[in-house]
Amino acid sequence: MSQNAGAEVVLRLDRITKSFGALRANDAVSLTLRRGEVVALLGENGAGKTTLMNILFGHYVADEGVVEVFGAPLPPGNPRAALAAGVGMVHQHFTLAGNLTVLDNIRLGTESLWSRWHAGAREKVQRLSRDFGLAVHPDAKVGRLSVGERQRVEILKALYRDARVLILDEPTAVLTPQESEALFATLRKATALGLSIIFISHKLHEVMAIADRCVVLRHGRVVGEVDTHATDKAALAALMVGGELSLPRAEARAPGPVLMQLDAVSTPDRGAAPGLKAVRLSLRAGQITGLAGVSGNGQAALAEIVAGLALPGSGAISLRGSPVARWSPGEALARGVARIPEDRHHQGSIADFDLTENAVLEGYKTRFSRRGWMNWRAARGFAEGIIRDYDVRCPGPETRIRLLSGGNMQKLILGRAMAPGPEIILANQPVRGLDVGAIAYVQGQLIAARDRGAAVLLISEDLDEIMGLSDVIHVMSQGRLSPGFARGTMTAAELGLWMAGQKFGDSDAA
Amino acid sequence: MSEIVDILISASFWAAVIRIATPLILATMGELICERAGVLNLGIEGIMVIGAFAGWMAVYQGLPLWGGVAVAMGAGMLFGLLHSTLTVPFGLSQHVVGLGVTLLATASASFAYRLMLPEVTSPPKIEPFQPLHIPSLSDLPWAGEALSQTALTWTAFAVAGLVAWVLYRTPLGLAVRAVGENPAAVEAQGLSVTGLRMGAVIVGSGLMAVGGAFLTLSAFSSFFFEMVNGRGWICIALVVFGAWKPGKAVLGAILFAGFDALQIRLQQTDLGAVLPYQLFLALPFILSILALILMSRRAEVPASLMVPYNKGER
Repeated sequence: MSQNAGAEVVLRLDRITKSFGALRANDAVSLTLRRGEVVALLGENGAGKTTLMNILFGHYVADEGVVEVFGAPLPPGNPRAALAAGVGMVHQHFTLAGNLTVLDNIRLGTESLWSRWHAGAREKVQRLSRDFGLAVHPDAKVGRLSVGERQRVEILKALYRDARVLILDEPTAVLTPQESEALFATLRKATALGLSIIFISHKLHEVMAIADRCVVLRHGRVVGEVDTHATDKAALAALMVGGELSLPRAEARAPGPVLMQLDAVSTPDRGAAPGLKAVRLSLRAGQITGLAGVSGNGQAALAEIVAGLALPGSGAISLRGSPVARWSPGEALARGVARIPEDRHHQGSIADFDLTENAVLEGYKTRFSRRGWMNWRAARGFAEGIIRDYDVRCPGPETRIRLLSGGNMQKLILGRAMAPGPEIILANQPVRGLDVGAIAYVQGQLIAARDRGAAVLLISEDLDEIMGLSDVIHVMSQGRLSPGFARGTMTAAELGLWMAGQKFGDSDAA
Repeated sequence: MSEIVDILISASFWAAVIRIATPLILATMGELICERAGVLNLGIEGIMVIGAFAGWMAVYQGLPLWGGVAVAMGAGMLFGLLHSTLTVPFGLSQHVVGLGVTLLATASASFAYRLMLPEVTSPPKIEPFQPLHIPSLSDLPWAGEALSQTALTWTAFAVAGLVAWVLYRTPLGLAVRAVGENPAAVEAQGLSVTGLRMGAVIVGSGLMAVGGAFLTLSAFSSFFFEMVNGRGWICIALVVFGAWKPGKAVLGAILFAGFDALQIRLQQTDLGAVLPYQLFLALPFILSILALILMSRRAEVPASLMVPYNKGER
């Protein structure tokens, strides 16, 4: 057991159960947290981690079960009571007001509304940010801060209220590796000062690095509770997804004809984002073309060209050898281009539409209507097919898509893109923010599409993903595209040099 | 041209500007509070009507003038309660509810008027607020005339100052500004989103009604149905013009009042003999639209304006 085994119990969740409609998000979940301890709550997207913490913090009311803080039961559905009991929460989606300063966000609600401000708030914030290594200027407008800085403000909010228990919901999802390291340093300082932490994550290496103990959730139930010193990543992954699992790797395969060709395509720069610089790219049937590069180097511009969202400033697009005259999103769809957009929330789906409506967004005019009338029966059947074939976990096709976890949302988008049997598949960051199980599934589907003869353009910032899946790898830097490198001919270090833009001088000369 | 200069330097012109600006300032402060809390209150036009009617009727029934102001405020707060109950806990469309409140309040005033004064042909007059005599200030040559205003006008400016002070200097104001930007932030800090928003709409509606009451209790001495005449809608534009900031909104109200006072006087000049008077009537609106376009370019709209908050929704 961990070194905190004998320490005082600060928080106890006892048999918490919560359902959303037909979906049981938490099923008799129990958890104990001791003083000075970091407990990781591990699970796939949709396993019920966030729901559990929202019950603890009073955003949701549990159907059954009790929350105890320092031995006293917490009244349900009351964030104020949770705050008063010393529970502070750092939400995954920050709860900050962008029009206010850092100091104002922190002291919001800390004093009676009918009083005036008491002195000393600024000094306390400054002291806390020094003690915990949370550098942020108290008078800065929150709307202008970086994501990492905003998270520091969230943590300061909890510390300012003298929280004894900190809940961090997927805190590293939005951070760079350096920012994550700084966060871990802060958390270690906090536990040394006697705070207790619940760390929600689905990233195994982080859990191993920071947590003393790990509670694993699957489908809303606790499926394991292990000491991190007595386990390893593989064992945790197996617990999390309920069985051994390895990410798919695509085997080499002979490519077919060129399906899409970009010839010297250029687009204008957009502010700080570079446009394309005479990009030449061939997408071949039965081949995954990987596009590596640091975010913001022109990948978005290239994706827009392929999807028909933008037209080239100069250069030409040809499909199966013949140049395209008109090019638009509708035209791209009609010519067999399928899209998995980079941002599934804003580009890939409409949050308040149900699964049926979202499933037919790309085909409602062509495949699911006749003479201007929607065929809802066919649409619903189509959605049910995707839900079944792509294992979308949901109560049914009439569920609003905003209620789905990221992984299930992505499976629906994947199914929508794959169902018409596209020739060209644009997969832009297809597994970003997904858990291990969903990643394996999405990547497996991309490989299957390749094997049946589709051309796949995979855009990713994750070099492991690119190298694992791609038959040909290109690198983008400052809007320029490197030559294609066949599978296995480049090391990660060499690709890194291309990503940094250092190799491009050679190819210009060539 | 010299005629315009003559108008602009006359004390009576500036007295008129301040008088015309008064109801706009009061109602604009009311709307600004609502919108800062995230609720668009399109009930403003009707609430001004009910305020004008209720204040006047109360005084006609024998209450003192300040009693009339209090009755107007109470009537406005009642409609604010109706508006906020529908828009905040029930989360209904703020457009539909707001227009509904305007229609209901206007019709209520009309109904109550016919009910209480079934016989009269022209509305009875009351004794309105008189200009306040302020020692030494009122005796100044030019400023004395320009600042010859009633107590309600001075109150309007004091209210604007108070609103600014509360919004920017107190925990309450911070909470109001936060709830219009991100209600989740307010809830996460243990405050009641519903309480704050309803409170803001109720208080704001009270101020709108006092703005309406100024028309019957100070500017004129009687009540006419068309007397509010779109001032409420102007105030909604003034909130945008002022970028949701009290100081700038007051300046906007004075600017609009200036155009209005100017066009009345221009009608009596040689220009008025040449151009149709409708053009002069339209002038303040045209100039306001232009100013609005120029001023509101970089305004920071409260991010959650018109977005109902449903607790626990993902």
